[in-house]
This record gives sequence, structure tokens and C-alpha cells, in this order.
Amino acid sequence: MASLFSDSNSSGYRLLVAVALCTALMWLDHRTDWLGQPRWLVSFTTAPAHYIANIPPSLGGWVTDQAQTVGDLQSDNDRLRRQLLILQQKTQRLAVLEAENVRLRELLNSSARVSGRVTVAEIVAIEPDPNRHELLLNRGTLENVQAGQAVLDARGLIGQVIETGPMTSRVLLITDATHALSVQVNRNGVRSILAGTGHPDRLQLLYMPDTADVKEGDLLVSTGLGGRYPAGYPVAEVTEIRPEPGQAFLTVQARPVANIDRASHVLLVETDAPVSVEVPDVDG
Amino acid sequence: MSMDNRSSGTPVIILTLYVAAVLEVMPLPAMVEFMRPEFLTLVLVYWVIALPHRVGVAWGLMAGLFQDVLTGSLLGQHALALSVLAYLAQLAHKRMRVFPPIQQSVVIFLMAGVTVTVSYIVQDASGRAHVPPWLMLSSAVTSAILWRPVFNSLRWLRRRFLVR
Repeated sequence: MASLFSDSNSSGYRLLVAVALCTALMWLDHRTDWLGQPRWLVSFTTAPAHYIANIPPSLGGWVTDQAQTVGDLQSDNDRLRRQLLILQQKTQRLAVLEAENVRLRELLNSSARVSGRVTVAEIVAIEPDPNRHELLLNRGTLENVQAGQAVLDARGLIGQVIETGPMTSRVLLITDATHALSVQVNRNGVRSILAGTGHPDRLQLLYMPDTADVKEGDLLVSTGLGGRYPAGYPVAEVTEIRPEPGQAFLTVQARPVANIDRASHVLLVETDAPVSVEVPDVDG
Repeated sequence: MSMDNRSSGTPVIILTLYVAAVLEVMPLPAMVEFMRPEFLTLVLVYWVIALPHRVGVAWGLMAGLFQDVLTGSLLGQHALALSVLAYLAQLAHKRMRVFPPIQQSVVIFLMAGVTVTVSYIVQDASGRAHVPPWLMLSSAVTSAILWRPVFNSLRWLRRRFLVR
């Protein structure tokens, strides 16, 4: 349509239609998951935008890499070799422990729940909106990434995949205010819920009774309850415990152990081995 | 009037909007993250003012939906904001054309403010707004500052590629 005089009346109607459409879409998107498929299709065009936007920073990283001196590289190499040796030694012990663990579980008549296989993904973008703590990874459904997969870095849990495109996937971080997961204190197994606060390095333990045995410096590990995260991965460290006079629960602050704001590569835990939990035979 | 009013140059409009969308997700240092200008707002307002008979609410809607998928936000959040913006720009396009640059920037500040506010209200309603709203409004200020350079480069593009 190319009328010479733009008719503000007709654009008013168009705005009305657009507002109605948007409202319907927002309602659908918020209440249902019917819009996953359209989103997945549009992701074919949005993924290149993310890759293009990531060129300047990765170019900067490449330049820094190129500018490293031989001495730097050698000392890096030495350090990594030492680290590798230490880690290899630790894995040796791990194999024995794992075997022992499986035997003990067999004795207890519960199934082994090991899903240790991981794939590496690169972070291509960080959500610019400060209200949402999300990352974008360079792997999508074409590489078998599925919504719900747990995401880790070398030190601990980072978050979970919430949306997948063909070439990218979106990760909700554990620090997002809408995120919570089940954790336990590594020292004594006290369970609680660890919720994000919307602050990049602060998490909060919910509903800890005043008498709960939790100390500053305690490591919180995932319990695997809820079936979303694998059990036993470190999540956070308790930084502050404050009893609130007149309140039934403690205010417990924690800090994620993962390098959430510094990681450039993350690990996706593969979920192809379904976690099955057998009900132990009580009578036996 | 024997004016040749076939429209042309649609790819240029789409391309500039795409570039604006890329700039919306370009990584920035955390310190200036919240001051990121509303590039899509600027580009959309330019095209509405330049070609009000072609670019309007529908373009705002499509660009907004694209931004929603791009940033993974609630589908319709930015679409609503940019539709409203396109409508306002269409109402104001005759006045905008005769305004001196400073006054144009003030109007742009208001328009970007509307975009940010609408999208903030939607985000708040869906329970995902935690940053104080005035912090989000600082991006309207940077948008107003960037308006003239964006305007000049888009005008050059429009003349160069005969978009009409």
C-alpha cells in the first residue's frame, strides 16, 4: 500500500491489532510452551546475529593469544602439566572409589546413578538485559542439546539449558532470580533449597530453621532431587549466616563456586542415560 | 501528480534493522551494559520518519518479535514496545522533520523512554524485573546522544541505495 497521505486512523487500528497480537503471544508464551517450535525456527536467523556480535571480542582474545611471549607460554605449559599430573593422580583414586560406591549401592539394592559424560560448549553471548542471568552456548539441537541439561564449569554448577535453537542454546544461570535448586550441605547432608537472587555472585538458602547445622564456608552440593541436576556437583559456598530476630528462618547467603562471570567454556552433562531410582526393598 | 511511488530498497531497511539487532546483543563491559543505546528504536524511528507510508506498526511488530527471539525474552515484550514506538513516530513524523537537531534528540529520548518503559512493564508483569527502572532509562539518554550520527548515516544509506 502506498497512499501519499499517511492515514493516522488506519495506523491506529494497526496498533490496536498489534497490541492484541502481542498480548495473546505474551500470554501463550508465559502460560504454555506452544511457541517453542516457532522460536526454534526463527533461531536460524538469530544465531548468525549472535555469532557476528561475538566477532570483535573473540578477535580481541585472538590478538592477546598471538601477543603472548614464548616465556609466558612455557610457564603456562609447565603449570598445566603440573595440574594435569595432580588431576590424574586424583582420578586414579576416583576409579577405586567409584567401584566401591557401585558395590555399596548394590548392597543397598539401589541402582547406580552415574551420568558422567559431558560435552564441551563455548559461551557465545551473555544476555545483555541485567534483569535476566542467561548465557548463550554455541551448541543446539543439531548437536543433541536438550532443554533441561545441566551446565557446569570446571569448578561447579552454572545452570541449566532452558531453550534450544538449531545452533545455539540458552542457559539459565543459578544466580537468576527465578532459579532455585535442591542442595545439601556437604559436611552433614542437611538439605535445603538454594535460590538465585538476581545478583551475580549471591545465592540464598531458603527456609533454613534457626537450629540448622550450617556454618560459614560450608560447601553446598546438588542433591539430584527434582531430576534436573545430577547429584553431587558442588554448587556454592556459604558466605554469611544471619539470624533474624523474630523470624523462624535464618538468612543464609552463599556464593557460587563456579566462575560464572569468567568462564568461556562450559560442560554440558549428557542426559541420555536416564536417571532411574529404584525403590529399595524395605522388607528384604 | 505523476510521482513514481513504487517502493524500493526493502532489503536495505531489513539489513539496517538486522545490524541494529546485532548491536543490541554485542557484548559490552558490565560497567556500561545498562547504558546500551536502543539501536533498534533509533533505526526504526528513522525509517518511520523517512518513509511513513511504508514503514509503520507492522515493521515495529516484526522487528520486535525478532528481538524477542534474539534475546530470549517473553515473546511479545519488545514487539509491543516497538509497535507502540512505530505508532508514535508515525504521529510525530511531520513535526520531527522540521525540528532542529537538539529538539529531535529530546523527542528521541522520550521515544526510547517509551520503548524501555513498555518493555520494563511487561518484564515486571512476568516477574523478571529486578533492576530499578531509572537505571534502564539511562539507555534512553545514550540513545538520544547517538541519534544524530545514526540519522546521518542512515540518510546517507537511503540516498545511496535509493530507498523510497
